[in-house]
Amino acid sequence: MPIISIRDLTKTYDSGFEALKSINLDIEAGEIFALLGPNGAGKTTLINIICGIVRPGTGHVTAGGHDVIRDYRAARALIGLVPQELATDMFESVWDTVSFSRGLFGKPKNPAYIEKILKDLSLWDKKDNRIRTLSGGMKRRVLIAKALSHEPRILFLDEPSAGVDVELRRDMWAMVRSLRDAGVTIILTTHYIEEAEEMADRVGVINKGEIILVETKAALMQKLGKKQLKLFFDAPVLQIPAALAAYPVELSDDRKSLTYTYDVKSDGAGVAGFLDAIGHAGLAFRDIQTVQSSLEDIFVDLVKART
Amino acid sequence: MNLHAVKSIYMFEMARMWRTIMQSIISPVISTSLYFVVFGAAIGSRFADVDGVSYGAFIVPGLIMLSLLTQSIANASFGIYFPRFTGTIYEVLSAPVSYFEIALSYVGAAATKSIILGLIILATAELFVPLRIEHPFWMLFFLVLTSFTFSLFGFIIGIWADGFEKLQIVPLLIITPLTFLGGSFYSISMLPPFWQKVALLNPVVYLISGFRWSFYGVADVDVGLSVALTLLVLAICSAIVGWMFHTGYRLKS
Repeated sequence: MPIISIRDLTKTYDSGFEALKSINLDIEAGEIFALLGPNGAGKTTLINIICGIVRPGTGHVTAGGHDVIRDYRAARALIGLVPQELATDMFESVWDTVSFSRGLFGKPKNPAYIEKILKDLSLWDKKDNRIRTLSGGMKRRVLIAKALSHEPRILFLDEPSAGVDVELRRDMWAMVRSLRDAGVTIILTTHYIEEAEEMADRVGVINKGEIILVETKAALMQKLGKKQLKLFFDAPVLQIPAALAAYPVELSDDRKSLTYTYDVKSDGAGVAGFLDAIGHAGLAFRDIQTVQSSLEDIFVDLVKART
Repeated sequence: MNLHAVKSIYMFEMARMWRTIMQSIISPVISTSLYFVVFGAAIGSRFADVDGVSYGAFIVPGLIMLSLLTQSIANASFGIYFPRFTGTIYEVLSAPVSYFEIALSYVGAAATKSIILGLIILATAELFVPLRIEHPFWMLFFLVLTSFTFSLFGFIIGIWADGFEKLQIVPLLIITPLTFLGGSFYSISMLPPFWQKVALLNPVVYLISGFRWSFYGVADVDVGLSVALTLLVLAICSAIVGWMFHTGYRLKS
């Protein structure tokens, strides 16, 4: 059974903006799921509905088998949320605000656990500091600590890398992996493709309120990724030889390189034939390079295709 | 009931009071004490007794009520408005807590602060004017009931307000004038007949009258009416808060 199940979920705001259009999505326990989409695609609305911050339109959402409306206590107790905005209690200490979050989610005090979280997030030496004195990166860590304070089984990270430096980003990625290893399901929204590519087991793409694709990352790369073989020549190639007519090739403007684009699914089967054809055409190349499309390329292609 | 959550929000709000003790306690106590000094000890001695009570002592229930109303509203409205303003409300809305528990903890904390403040002002008044409390149970009853009722009213304002200015409008432009005109400094019976009838349209008259009765056994209106009206305001405020949560008014889009 999926840990989160979304069926025919819609949301139209009072302004008339249709943020979600009949979303259907299952998220499996223990996976890292990356929800990709441009700004305004509906990522945060979807998360906020699951967490209880935004009212759904029509449809149903369950978390851990509990309906998020009818059985909201059981559903919400499973969920931790790190919001996109750095919304913190400016005048509280780190320790107090994290302890507050644990109590808010119905858990009895557990100083040893709070200490562990703060140490894991390199916040221990800041535990008595007021939050307003912390840097943006440290505030982000505090938000993560708050979300983890009640030991959630599901963790939402809404744009976790927004405005954080490379070091913190790497730390967060390591922490997310260790949480996944501990059995926590992670749902990550981002428009940093590199983040999804680095961490996700599965990727969903949302655009204009619609889920346009859900695949494992590997399958997505396999299904939609392209590979390119690029050959560089010392002397300009004046025209594409007839022997290459069967291959989709492009000649560069300076005529000193040829790019052959092929499908990843072909698993390189056409490459040998292409190189043979190059030999038959009498072209001597100086260098060779292969390029595989990134998740970002795939994402951009997908979104473009839908607009 | 999620008692851990209720306790967490309650303690969080109470901690804010101790952190801002100058503003929460000391400032209203000093400003109310000034009334005792000026109207009680200084010029109050030149006024005739009202309903058999010295003027200085007569104004004490009204002044306590003035502080209770304004501080209950201020505490509760700020308590819920500030997390809305900073965005931290997301955490309360996403927690496994019911609307009742949210309202109970915020309103309970605001009312507790007001009750503490009211008792401190009462103790301070004892230093300046001769006090007696004929019905201590009813005095506490009115103190607690008024604090909860107007904390609930402040909670509504805190959800309704979309700026700091709006937080101030209702206490300053409505509650304070109603309290001053509601018999804090005089008995309604001292007004001309027409204005007595007009004054009875002011709900604060009933609060002050009932509270003063618990001190001195004299009232402008029937005590039962005072209790009934306060309970009616409590019921109306509860219904409005219930509607706000049910519809997500200014809390959930």
